Amino acid sequence: MARLSLLFRERTVRTALFLLALLLFAWLMYGEVFLNLLNLRNVLRQTSMIGLIALGMTLVIVGGGIDLSVGAMTALASVTAAYLSRESGWMAIVGTIILGLLLGLLNGVLVAVLRIVPFIATLATMMTFRGSAYLLTDIKSIPVAPGEKAFTQIGRGYLLGAPLPALVFVGALGILYLFSVSTRPGRQIFAIGDNEEAARMMGVNVAWTKILSYAILGLLCGLSGIILTARLGAGQPVGAEGWEMNAIAAVLIGGTLLSGGVGSVVGTFFGVLILGLISNIINLNGEINAFWQRIVTGVLLLGAVFMQWRPERQGREKL
Amino acid sequence: MAERVIEMQGISKSFPGVRALDQVDFYLEEGEIHALVGENGAGKSTLIKVMTGMYTADAGEIRVAGERVRPRSVFQMQEAGISTIYQEINLIPHMSVSENIALAREKTGLFGRIDWREARERARSAMARLGLDLDVDQPLNRFSTAVQQMVAIARALSLKARAVVMDEPTSSLNEGEITNLFRLIRDLRDQGVSFVFVSHKLREVFDLCQTVTVLRDGRLVGHYPITELDHFSLVSKMIGRDARGILGRHRDGTDKGERKRFCELNGIRDGRRLQGVSFAIGEGEILGLAGLLGSGRTETLRILFGAEQPEAGEIRLDGVVTRFNYPREAIARHLAFCPEDRKVEGIIPSLSLMDNIAITNLPRLSWRGVVSRAKKLALAEDYIQRLNIRAAGPRQRINTMSGGNQQKAILARWLSTSPRLILLDEPTRGIDVGARAEILDLIRRLAGEGLSVLMVSSEWGELLEVCDRILVYRDGRVLASLVGEEMTEDRIIATIAGEGRHA
Repeated sequence: MARLSLLFRERTVRTALFLLALLLFAWLMYGEVFLNLLNLRNVLRQTSMIGLIALGMTLVIVGGGIDLSVGAMTALASVTAAYLSRESGWMAIVGTIILGLLLGLLNGVLVAVLRIVPFIATLATMMTFRGSAYLLTDIKSIPVAPGEKAFTQIGRGYLLGAPLPALVFVGALGILYLFSVSTRPGRQIFAIGDNEEAARMMGVNVAWTKILSYAILGLLCGLSGIILTARLGAGQPVGAEGWEMNAIAAVLIGGTLLSGGVGSVVGTFFGVLILGLISNIINLNGEINAFWQRIVTGVLLLGAVFMQWRPERQGREKL
Repeated sequence: MAERVIEMQGISKSFPGVRALDQVDFYLEEGEIHALVGENGAGKSTLIKVMTGMYTADAGEIRVAGERVRPRSVFQMQEAGISTIYQEINLIPHMSVSENIALAREKTGLFGRIDWREARERARSAMARLGLDLDVDQPLNRFSTAVQQMVAIARALSLKARAVVMDEPTSSLNEGEITNLFRLIRDLRDQGVSFVFVSHKLREVFDLCQTVTVLRDGRLVGHYPITELDHFSLVSKMIGRDARGILGRHRDGTDKGERKRFCELNGIRDGRRLQGVSFAIGEGEILGLAGLLGSGRTETLRILFGAEQPEAGEIRLDGVVTRFNYPREAIARHLAFCPEDRKVEGIIPSLSLMDNIAITNLPRLSWRGVVSRAKKLALAEDYIQRLNIRAAGPRQRINTMSGGNQQKAILARWLSTSPRLILLDEPTRGIDVGARAEILDLIRRLAGEGLSVLMVSSEWGELLEVCDRILVYRDGRVLASLVGEEMTEDRIIATIAGEGRHA
């Protein structure tokens, strides 16, 4: 399909694919364990929570913003899901998603309406959300109601052989891909990130569009929190610590520019896989010190950014 | 009487500390091209922004086709049939041409999916209407400024605009492109579209418009049919005093004979645009570089200033071969550079006027690494007075000042380094008539004191006015060096048009 080949011509996706190929090659060459379906399935399952967040983060960064509160939002969502599971499983799912959406809306309003710099606004909400999660739970994990076996299946179960969290992740990827390439609000996120003033003059409702991007991210954090609680069978006030940085790294490795306007959720998908594979390879190997994981991630991040900036600079020189 | 497409009455708008518009009336009749003129800071931009829904007026009423409207957003005014083309191209650089034309008004289907085929068709037909055939799927930033400007116009037209507001649409276009644009505007007028045309180039106003509205200091001076005005009376209305003193003054014509050579370029190539450029600048000489956009003029200045490295050729200062790896080395040898794009490469927007002037001189103003505020202030005040910079004071933030005064501040910044050669790239672009005359005057005065000036300008009239000699560029080469009698617009055009079929 022509559309598909076009997708892979996109710079962001190309970068990520290149890195992914490199990584797989290294794995095959030096790894003790070969690729197999079971293992890849595990990688997908493990990365799905950060993956969901990274997809939403892509939209926020493409729109010219950043959100540092995602880890804290996820933790607060996770705790909420555990509490709500005492009512019912459905209640836990719906209520937590709504909570995520509201937290995201709050970030969006701070940034777009009160015009607080995104870094500062979300740094503040990060502390507030995390503090609330501690306060609600007294920093203890909150077990899911014992009767809710079905709820925990969201984190542990399979459908047609695929882990449920991975399906949620891939499903979200599909929806957000279509949203970002072929709906008006999706395109407007790209427009405001590329040239906010121009977008405003062209009739784009800039504030609304920004709020939308943060709200989507909040909703995805809610989903991520549900999966976290379901997998571990308990709400985690200290969970998802530092996930904001992993999510941002995945987005950037996937080729999205931190300056906004350019990016792709598909690139982010590959970015997430790359991070997941690094950790997986190191875990499976057993001989490599686990601390290498962060070092390798850091180097890859530099590599990805370097690869993207070269063509960008050359592009500017043309008249 | 023709129908009034837009009618604005008693419009006032204030910003903190400034009354930008004070009881201004404006009307636009159907099928006319209406010029809006005034010096920088006269309130043109504010009036336009009120007209297009960017700003909400504090007082006054606006009618579109007789209907009272209270514009709250750009979108709303676009719906009412008023669209705008801005001086700086306001489009989305990484998006395709078709998407730029369709953005925020795409046709959508099931689940809000955008109908790309329709958007593409619409873009193609809009571009075709302007006589342009290009790949509308390419991202906008692949195209030249002129094409981008055309895309902006195509967007405005595709909105089924009844009135198009154009803010300095020609500032980045060359002669040929301007001619095309004007032909198009006239065609559209004949089809009943009305235009508000804002330009500093008064020749264009006389060329194109039927009616003129003049603003000064946020107040309406008057509406006039163009036939009632000539060049001088229009400028006099804009500046509020008799224009005869400041326009059309020419060099005194006394050539100072053989000059001592200060700087020489020999066979400069940059591997991209410059194909071997050689010339020399004498002390106290004002040398102009004429040519089309992209002919290599700016590249020459950048190489001379060490901002880029030549691939071949040599630069001599006082006869000694010199190589600048960085601008700071050129600055140390008393070169100065006022770049083309004030906003990007010139001013530091959030600093004060004072700090913007002092920034090239910090070592001289400091003692053991600590900058003396008193010395900085004294330096700034000295230049504010000498260059007649109009500001609330040395502490005013520079981005709140008008373009002309910003440009003077940048000149002050460089003059305070006591340069021997100053490179000026489009020193009067986007600057109003009064400030322009002052800047040109200043250039002449400085040259009289022995400063060499190398000046790039797309306004050939301006080069003819101040320069001792003009070099004509084409395709990265110097094709002619014009002095004295030879310095006419016709000669410049003839050289550029030359043997080739250059656009």
